[in-house]
Amino acid sequence: MAETVSNADVPMFGVRGYPAALERVARRAEAFVIPVAALIVGMAIFSLFILAVGKSPLQLYEVMWRGGFGSWFSIQNSLSRAAPLLLAALCVALPARLGLVVIGGEGAIVLGGVAAAAAAMAFNGAPSFIVILVMGVAGMAAGGIWIGAVGALRHYRAVNETISSLLMAYIAIALMNQLVEGPLRDPASLNKPSTQPLAEAYRIGNIPGMEVHWGIVVGIVACVLSWVLIEKTRWGFAARIAGGNVKAAQVQGLAVGPLIVGFTALAGGFAGVAGMLEVAAVQGSANASLAAGYGYTGILVAFLARHNPLAIIPVAFLLGGIEASGGLIQRRMDLPDATVLVLQGMLFIVILFSETFYGRFKAFNPDLWKRSDHLKRIA
Amino acid sequence: MTDRFMLTRRDLLKTTATGVAALGLSNALPMSRAFAAAATVGFIYVGPKDDYGYNQAHAEGAAALKGIEGISVVEEENVPETVDVQKTMESMINLDGAALIFPTSFGYFDPHMLAMCAKFPDVQFRHCGGMWDKAKHPMNAGSYFGYIGMGQYLNGVVAGHTTKSKKLGFVAAKPIPQVLLNINSFLIGARSVDPTITCQVIFTGEWSLAVKEAEATNALVDQGIDVVTCHVDSPKVVVETAAGRGAFVCGYHANQSPLAPEKYLTGAEWNWAKVYKMFVDDFVAGKPLPNFTRGGLADGFVKMSPLGPAVGEPARKQFDATLAEMMKGGFAVIKGPLKSNKGAVVATEGQAFPETAIELESMDYLVDGVVGSTA
Repeated sequence: MAETVSNADVPMFGVRGYPAALERVARRAEAFVIPVAALIVGMAIFSLFILAVGKSPLQLYEVMWRGGFGSWFSIQNSLSRAAPLLLAALCVALPARLGLVVIGGEGAIVLGGVAAAAAAMAFNGAPSFIVILVMGVAGMAAGGIWIGAVGALRHYRAVNETISSLLMAYIAIALMNQLVEGPLRDPASLNKPSTQPLAEAYRIGNIPGMEVHWGIVVGIVACVLSWVLIEKTRWGFAARIAGGNVKAAQVQGLAVGPLIVGFTALAGGFAGVAGMLEVAAVQGSANASLAAGYGYTGILVAFLARHNPLAIIPVAFLLGGIEASGGLIQRRMDLPDATVLVLQGMLFIVILFSETFYGRFKAFNPDLWKRSDHLKRIA
Repeated sequence: MTDRFMLTRRDLLKTTATGVAALGLSNALPMSRAFAAAATVGFIYVGPKDDYGYNQAHAEGAAALKGIEGISVVEEENVPETVDVQKTMESMINLDGAALIFPTSFGYFDPHMLAMCAKFPDVQFRHCGGMWDKAKHPMNAGSYFGYIGMGQYLNGVVAGHTTKSKKLGFVAAKPIPQVLLNINSFLIGARSVDPTITCQVIFTGEWSLAVKEAEATNALVDQGIDVVTCHVDSPKVVVETAAGRGAFVCGYHANQSPLAPEKYLTGAEWNWAKVYKMFVDDFVAGKPLPNFTRGGLADGFVKMSPLGPAVGEPARKQFDATLAEMMKGGFAVIKGPLKSNKGAVVATEGQAFPETAIELESMDYLVDGVVGSTA
């Protein structure tokens, strides 16, 4: 066992442990094994629920697999639904790294969509790449101002960001209704007030060879960039310090105010782009359908991904798949739509609960082994 | 003789290949009309199927198809008006073999259903709302809708007889033409009983927003209003809140009498069973489906809930007489002389707009006697 000693600096008295190479793997595995185990536990609990309503959990998971992941069609279905979730989740995950719980991404999405539609009306006639760019900038600006304001209120006026972002989402939806039913309304849209339909040239199409619009690529790029920002730049480092302890960050001379406003504005900007994509790639105009709840599902995605922008990508795909399979569950098993909500809720609770397990398993944290062995020895 | 039935390896490969190719084709091509005898019909709802309202009315229509030989019905509820509904339609076509789809929410039409019509030219789509236009839209798309304004007029007749305070209340979602016509019809019906009756309207701004609907209903009853009706997706909250406060209610979309058996007067309901059966009968017979169909009470597209126990004899009499008049056809609720509540003339003496009049589809006013504003 002598050669299995993991760390030469620590005095060892025949300590159990991993070979050095394995230890790295073991430490990294924690971030993967715990969420997967939580998923499995969540699904097991959900199986009991399904049994209780007199259906077969095996059939349910078979149907879910088929509806969400089992064929090329299902995978594209899941990807389409995942596209807006990526950006919506970033709106929660980025502020979360600063210790802020922002849950009002829905507001940034609807205003981003309205701003994009208004920009397209203002630039009507310009070349399509310019209009699409302007729409993106307008959507990002609208969402950025909205959530950036939440961050500013938090830092400079000590207004709780969770409450204010949620309340501002309601204001945003009311504002959108006011705009699309009033000044921005296309007079031809009688019973469903909408802005002028976007000209065909200004729409964002599908990725060639797929039935999924370009929004998924935008979302993945945004996730990767966010990860780089947080993990590899000094701003991200500063944000993580401020997220750990604001006072400590201030003592270090970090400009916490601009950091908070900047990160929340960027987060809102991503959500605003999600709204712009809904208008440019899906709806073709801004209307009440923009408030489809992506902002709220994004909260779930971000928490499941533990606010890690890279983890958002698979989690959004997973939730997209669960939603995609929801329809098939209704049709094949005669279960209500709320079934999927119950599953999402159970996964959410179990995964939140699993947070308490990090750093507690000796298999992933060899230091614990050493410590307990040491404690035994001195006892 | 025996070697006749012996399969060579080549034969086996050939038949298997043909079979696989046929399977592949039948998967790739949407079900054609040749299979109509065993057809799958898809229904998509924007809210829950048991909402006592808009969606339940459609689900009841879908349920009426379930006994028809060779027809299987697939349904999906709570489908938002986003890419989700496109994928739901595709999934119904690809995984269930749906050959006829009814996306029932207004917002499903453009761009979602139109995108699917272009992608699946062999599948028939019929949308609830009346937006299909031959000049603009494909032939595998279509619209159906009902004229329910006269149902609200009849609600108004019963409400007019029942109210003691002469003040009625209306909880409405959005100030769009369909809703405005319902509000105006309700008030005009009530004024056929007593021309001093007024109706206070409160717009909630959303099709489904339970908290605001409850607040609005309470606010109406607080003002001394004693009969309430509504036009929101699910009238459940309005009906239960109003009845709980002691006010009478007139229903909308579906029959809400189980929610308030004592206080429920009557209600304007959709009768989608008739419309869906009509489409499916044509479909099974292999006939082309109509692209545009609309109807009202006289056509059986709309029906009234049975009159409740609180409805008095005079109300019953006028209700029956008016209903009989409407069943003859050509009845006009909006007729002159009529002013808006801002004083503008909306119909001159002798002018009448029957329910089919195109002018009613861009209604932007509340008539004199309605307290409230469209903006």
